[in-house]
Amino acid sequence: MSLKREIGFLLNGVETHATVPVDLSALSMLRDLLGLTGTKYACGEGECGACTIVVDGVSTCSCLQFAVDCDGRTLTTIEGVAGDPLGAKIEQAFVDCGAVQCGFCTPGMVVQAKHFLETHPQPTRDEIKRGIEGNLCRCTGYVKIIDAIEAASRADR
Amino acid sequence: MKVIEKSTLIGKRIAKLDAPEKAAGMTRYVHDLDLPGQLHARILRSTRVHARIKRIDTRRARALAGVHAVLTAADVPYQRPLGVGKDQLPLKGDKVRSLRDEIAAVAADTEAIAEAALALIDVEYEDLPTLTDPADALKPGAPVIHGETLASPAPHDALKPGEPGDAEAHRHNVAMTFDYAQGDLAAGEAESDVIVDDWFRLHYVTHCCMGVSGIIAEFDRSGNLTLHSNTQVPFLHKREFAEILGMDPGRIRIIQPPIGGGFGSKLDIYPFEPICVFLAKATRRPVKLVFSREEEFIASPTRQPVLLRLRSGAKKDGTLTFRDCETLHDNGAYTSWGATTPFVMMQTISSLYRVPHCKYHTTAVYTNNPYAGSFRGYGNLQATFAVEQQIDELAEKLGIDPLEMRLKNAQDPGEITPQGMHFQTCGLKECLRTAAEVSDYRARHAAALAAQHSPQRYKRGVGMASMLHVGGGAKIYPSDGCGTILKIDDFAHVTLITGASEIGQGSETVLAQLVCEELGIPLDTVSVVNNDTDITPWDVGVHASRTTFIGGNSAIGAARKAKAKVLAAAAKTTGIPEAELELRAGHIVRTATGEALVSLAKLLRSLHFSDKAELVMTTFYYEPPSKHQDKSFKGDVSAAYAWATQVVEVEVDTDTGVVRLLKVTGAHDVGRVLNRLGIEGQIEGGIVMGQGYAITEDLMVDGGVVRNPGFRDYKLVTAPEIPEMEVRFIETMDGEGPQGAKGVGEAPAICIAAATANAICNATGVRIRELPFTPEKVYRALHRAGVPAGPTGGD
Repeated sequence: MSLKREIGFLLNGVETHATVPVDLSALSMLRDLLGLTGTKYACGEGECGACTIVVDGVSTCSCLQFAVDCDGRTLTTIEGVAGDPLGAKIEQAFVDCGAVQCGFCTPGMVVQAKHFLETHPQPTRDEIKRGIEGNLCRCTGYVKIIDAIEAASRADR
Repeated sequence: MKVIEKSTLIGKRIAKLDAPEKAAGMTRYVHDLDLPGQLHARILRSTRVHARIKRIDTRRARALAGVHAVLTAADVPYQRPLGVGKDQLPLKGDKVRSLRDEIAAVAADTEAIAEAALALIDVEYEDLPTLTDPADALKPGAPVIHGETLASPAPHDALKPGEPGDAEAHRHNVAMTFDYAQGDLAAGEAESDVIVDDWFRLHYVTHCCMGVSGIIAEFDRSGNLTLHSNTQVPFLHKREFAEILGMDPGRIRIIQPPIGGGFGSKLDIYPFEPICVFLAKATRRPVKLVFSREEEFIASPTRQPVLLRLRSGAKKDGTLTFRDCETLHDNGAYTSWGATTPFVMMQTISSLYRVPHCKYHTTAVYTNNPYAGSFRGYGNLQATFAVEQQIDELAEKLGIDPLEMRLKNAQDPGEITPQGMHFQTCGLKECLRTAAEVSDYRARHAAALAAQHSPQRYKRGVGMASMLHVGGGAKIYPSDGCGTILKIDDFAHVTLITGASEIGQGSETVLAQLVCEELGIPLDTVSVVNNDTDITPWDVGVHASRTTFIGGNSAIGAARKAKAKVLAAAAKTTGIPEAELELRAGHIVRTATGEALVSLAKLLRSLHFSDKAELVMTTFYYEPPSKHQDKSFKGDVSAAYAWATQVVEVEVDTDTGVVRLLKVTGAHDVGRVLNRLGIEGQIEGGIVMGQGYAITEDLMVDGGVVRNPGFRDYKLVTAPEIPEMEVRFIETMDGEGPQGAKGVGEAPAICIAAATANAICNATGVRIRELPFTPEKVYRALHRAGVPAGPTGGD
């Protein structure tokens, strides 16, 4: 058995403790230990963005971060996004603008969109495209995702 | 008096019913499901391209703590061949024919233990000569993939077209052949003033569904099997699974969790699925098997790579005279749907434009490469790539404008083609004119031609391509139908139980919308059940852009029966004749005045709780009026046909060979727009998938080995790279379609590569007949042709 460590962190606003093998990814911890399956595995090498979470204000591929490195940090996953007004607005915009098809990239896309709009409140379409450059979508051709993020940025905040 | 005006949902922008769950990350895909007592499985795959298996030793793996079963072919003597060609067993015991081949499988407490156990399995191979270039497959002395004797040139005449080859064919590496002919080719050649003759080379790409392949299998104590499966064809697969497993199909239940992308990849049964069942059977526990992304690249299907020779002729006035097409399909080691793409390819060769004389031949040959499945467009991207480039070539030789050339040969409504396809509606000419006008095609094409020899580094050009695809199902199985069960409860809430599967494309929303339109009820009073073969009525599966058309007609049929029942009851209650009543906004209204007479809920309760108690539940099965093709591939295979023209504007960097798509203008004959939001999403997504096929995606298979099994080196298009898109819908109101609609799912991906090739040629004067248009390939082609380098030079 691999070495394990006790860690504690703030997860979607809730103080959380876990005992994690040192070689476990944050993604596996979220999905397999904590049952938060909204964060998706789709490549495991930081290329697709489906596992995007926010760690201490930084958008992160959770497949590339070790779980032990979450110790003492603040994490936001898709499950925590709707808890704040901007997050709820983005989720609604994704629904209304047709940004969701198979939906598998969507949680990572929504988390990334929230992180992006927090740092770029009034983005141009080109800035939005750059903002989601690291998130792959195979269904939509991105147009409606860009529409949704633009709509969320324009909505009353 | 309460008055309710007539309203409609058709053509509106309607959000997908499943979108709120998905946007919140609450949707549970197969990857997110865990059953009590579940084990995790991994598969050991071949490390050799072509080899005899001398020995498999699983003793060390079996001894590992946490391992519950290790299976090889020897442990499942009951396994039967699977897939379209029935030319492979799930677990290979004697020989491996490609790197993806399954040799052993492990079920363990965790995925990590299962993975560790794989490393403890020893396999001894005896390497065999490999065959990885399809062009070598038919040569005398070529290694034989299936069979024991050396190959000699294949006796094609002995093969039945469109059916898997027999043992004799396999001894010659022939997996499948197709032949089609119409008219008299020699006569067509004789009346031609110009003839073009080219080879085209189409590459491997793969689906890249964001959700990797996965399945959970469990048996109950009575031997009933439940599969939580991503399949696109649950009903046909019940029977297939039963055959492979030697079970009664009635004991198999397939539940489809929401699917993380399909695009045709889930149309066949693949070895991992029965292997998971074997493990569940051996361990008497639920077993879950999910691919890694690397495994998804190596062991899930690809688009069919094709080497294609096309000859086309035309008269001086631009009238097409003949087409002669011959293709070599790299079948890979086994036969899946990829081998049957000629069904679709020959339709484009024979019927996209009017061609009096036509000949088509395909040989699909076995190699030690990955095997190809079905992929959105199903051969049509490949055929259109060749046909539409040659239209431009012929136009250029004849000095005719490419748009005029297409209009001159375009099909009209009412046409029955020599292949027997009947185009009841056909918006091709309107698609051509609209796409050209919106994109300013003529002026841009002329300007680029004039600037072709100027020395600037960045050159722009436009290219056009059109497509024909089935839009009303495709009659390839004995039935092309879909069943619906519809019930309205005593609160006027409708449950629509349909055989049609949702794979993210939005079918459940459009089906709910069609039911609401018939029953005059709001969208939020409909629930759709579409994912469980024990509940839903039969359907042939999600393929061939058929779901809106077939599932839609089926849903409308069930809704009309329910409506008739409701109105008959309302007539009795109100004393007003049925013919003067209508359903609007959840009420029975008097058609002439809009007066609301009674709420639907109240009427239903009065029916339900009356002395002669009655529930409103209806069933409907829709079978389209299409026909099976005869043995020579003639016949009207779809109830409607979809058309489109796309114009692509590119910028070519002649210094680096980088091609950028600036704008795509699409005009699509979709019959009628049902959900505008949904259909735009299908078109935009298809355009970008076509862009990937044309420019960025290339599954590099080198000596049978996939060299780039990951998103780092297999380049999907990212958001900053997408072109501007402008889409126009041509509404031809198809008489057979639900509310006039035709299928659209595959159409938008089909033209892009062909139009891009034409645009590059318009910009630079250089025609490239090989995909993808990577910087390296374009750079070499430009410099071979001596295109003047830009100011910063070049060799």
